[in-house]
Amino acid sequence: MGKTLLDKIWELHRVRTLPNGKDQIFIGLHLIHEVTSPQAFQMIREEKLKVLFPQNTFATVDHIVPTDDQSRPLKDPLAEEMLVALENNTNESGIKFFDFKTVKQGIVHVIGPELGITQPGMTIACGDSHTSTHGAFGSLAFGIGTTQIKDLLATQTLALSKPKIRKISVKGKLGIGVYAKDVILAIIQKLGVNGGIGFCYEYSGEAIQNFNMEERMTICNMTIEGGARMGYINPDDTTFNYLSEKEFAPKGEEFKRAVSWWKAIVSEPNAKYDDTVELDGSKIEPMVTWGINPGQAIGISKTLPDLKSLNSNERETAKEAYEHMGFESGKPLKGIPINVAFIGSCTNSRISDLREAAKIAKGRKVAAGVKALVVPGSQQVQKAAENEGLDKIFEEAGFEWREAGCSMCLAMNPDKLKGRELCASSSNRNFKGRQGSATGRTILMSPAMVAAAAIQGSLTDVREFL
Amino acid sequence: MNPTEIKKISFVSGPGIPLKGNDLDTDRIIPARYLKCVTFDKLGEYLFYDVRFNENGSKKEHTLNEKKYEGATIMVVNRNFGCGSSREHAPQSLLRYGIKALIGESFAEIFSDNCTALGLPLVTAKKEDIENLMNFVEDDPVCEIKIDLEKLEVTYGDFSILVQQPAQMRKALIEGSWNSTGELLSSLKEIHLVKSKLPYLNKFNF
Repeated sequence: MGKTLLDKIWELHRVRTLPNGKDQIFIGLHLIHEVTSPQAFQMIREEKLKVLFPQNTFATVDHIVPTDDQSRPLKDPLAEEMLVALENNTNESGIKFFDFKTVKQGIVHVIGPELGITQPGMTIACGDSHTSTHGAFGSLAFGIGTTQIKDLLATQTLALSKPKIRKISVKGKLGIGVYAKDVILAIIQKLGVNGGIGFCYEYSGEAIQNFNMEERMTICNMTIEGGARMGYINPDDTTFNYLSEKEFAPKGEEFKRAVSWWKAIVSEPNAKYDDTVELDGSKIEPMVTWGINPGQAIGISKTLPDLKSLNSNERETAKEAYEHMGFESGKPLKGIPINVAFIGSCTNSRISDLREAAKIAKGRKVAAGVKALVVPGSQQVQKAAENEGLDKIFEEAGFEWREAGCSMCLAMNPDKLKGRELCASSSNRNFKGRQGSATGRTILMSPAMVAAAAIQGSLTDVREFL
Repeated sequence: MNPTEIKKISFVSGPGIPLKGNDLDTDRIIPARYLKCVTFDKLGEYLFYDVRFNENGSKKEHTLNEKKYEGATIMVVNRNFGCGSSREHAPQSLLRYGIKALIGESFAEIFSDNCTALGLPLVTAKKEDIENLMNFVEDDPVCEIKIDLEKLEVTYGDFSILVQQPAQMRKALIEGSWNSTGELLSSLKEIHLVKSKLPYLNKFNF
């Protein structure tokens, strides 16, 4: 029986089996940010431990950064305190920190890949559930809590249970106006928000293989929204081409050696899977969420589901969702007015996302009364977009062009919804209160769909703009 | 740190509190704006803040605000509790609020790992058993709920139900190895050995 990438990478990084039955796994790359790491450094100090391999850890600041004015000290004293703590902790431990001055700062899951720090075959952990993003390169990447960050800083290893593996194959070609975001929303809709518990996902099939690296990152990013802690795509020429010339990627002869190893770690054709799922990509249409978790999603042409058509487990949450959103079964989502449009987040803030959104925005105007924000995922994405003139396209259309950070995805900075505002958002979570207002409402969709909604002033079908 | 200092947890008991609803996510448990802190100390105050309090700070109608559940330490929940982000702030806020264990239909994975790392036991039971337990606690909130991790049994009043817990979590709690740092650090030689064999940390000479 052949091995999957999961089998090979797990075995390669296994230090030993612990007495409680878990495996001690070496983590090749540790990423940290300001929200979940300060308490871990505090524990390190209190327990008189030290950071074992600081050169295998990289830091950035993303969650709390303002996107309008990033001059120091930050206006919010709590945000400044967290940033100072990260500066001190990384300084004292000798960890490389991509702060504003480096012009490489950005959302941790955007900068790892764009700097070439993220590579195939690695084990990658970060105190952030969207670490699954890095699986796009064929790495095992997953989110951890703060106590595990302490373990990782002190030992470069974690106590883990090996997950089961499910192969998710997306066949066929996607239609016009259908993006990676629509595919992952369709997958979560099909398998449910807890369907992936205990599994690692392997994404494959024609639609996945045709994706560029940024689209693959969007897919893997939302793996956790389906309950699976990690998901990966076997590396191929698309992966290798992306990595060549990236700052931290190997160069010259070393790159050639790297490619031959990366090719050797992919899942074998006769590998065994605990489960397999197939979707027809050609049948997926632009998706929108209608509820309070990412699994509550439908195609934009459909009407809101009848509560009676849902199984008993889903019905209660759906009822709660309709109450929160102010929606009714049987009605379409198309045409519902929006207040805010947000393009950004670790799911969809990369240059290709901004290009797709700019195509829709170009020569059009944001509807009166809609607040529209574009927040690039990193300083490098921002610079690249400005070099192409995307900032001008957005600004002329009436979008605000901001600086890099997590922003309104989770509203830990000043970018927040107010009251019951309805937001068309390219982010990853539509949980109650997620965007900064307890009564605020979030509709998840692709960046192009967000741009179309901003122009229309209401939820709409991007295919009518193409 | 000395691994023998870690508390062995095989039995937890206390009055219960039922918290109904599937997919109660970590943003609900602790809203993101309360993550703006460099210590976990104050998180107990913000547990389920947005469903417990209005914007002006006045109390809403919510189970956690009911007088009869004051002092409850065993939380009873439904399916996929703790889904969403990896923030340890969620179990930290439960712990600091005074919760000592959770009984539910199912728990999200990262949340579950975080709870183990903090020595906060989670056990799962069948949907019907959870419903019965929730109804019982509503009627008799002072009754002591007893969770026996050795026997994998929860008893309350005249009733007892069988519960489940992942074997590795159970072992870690019962044997007192849930704070894993010391144990992980004890294989330093093997850690160096694995590191020395990873192609990507050794210029791809393999």
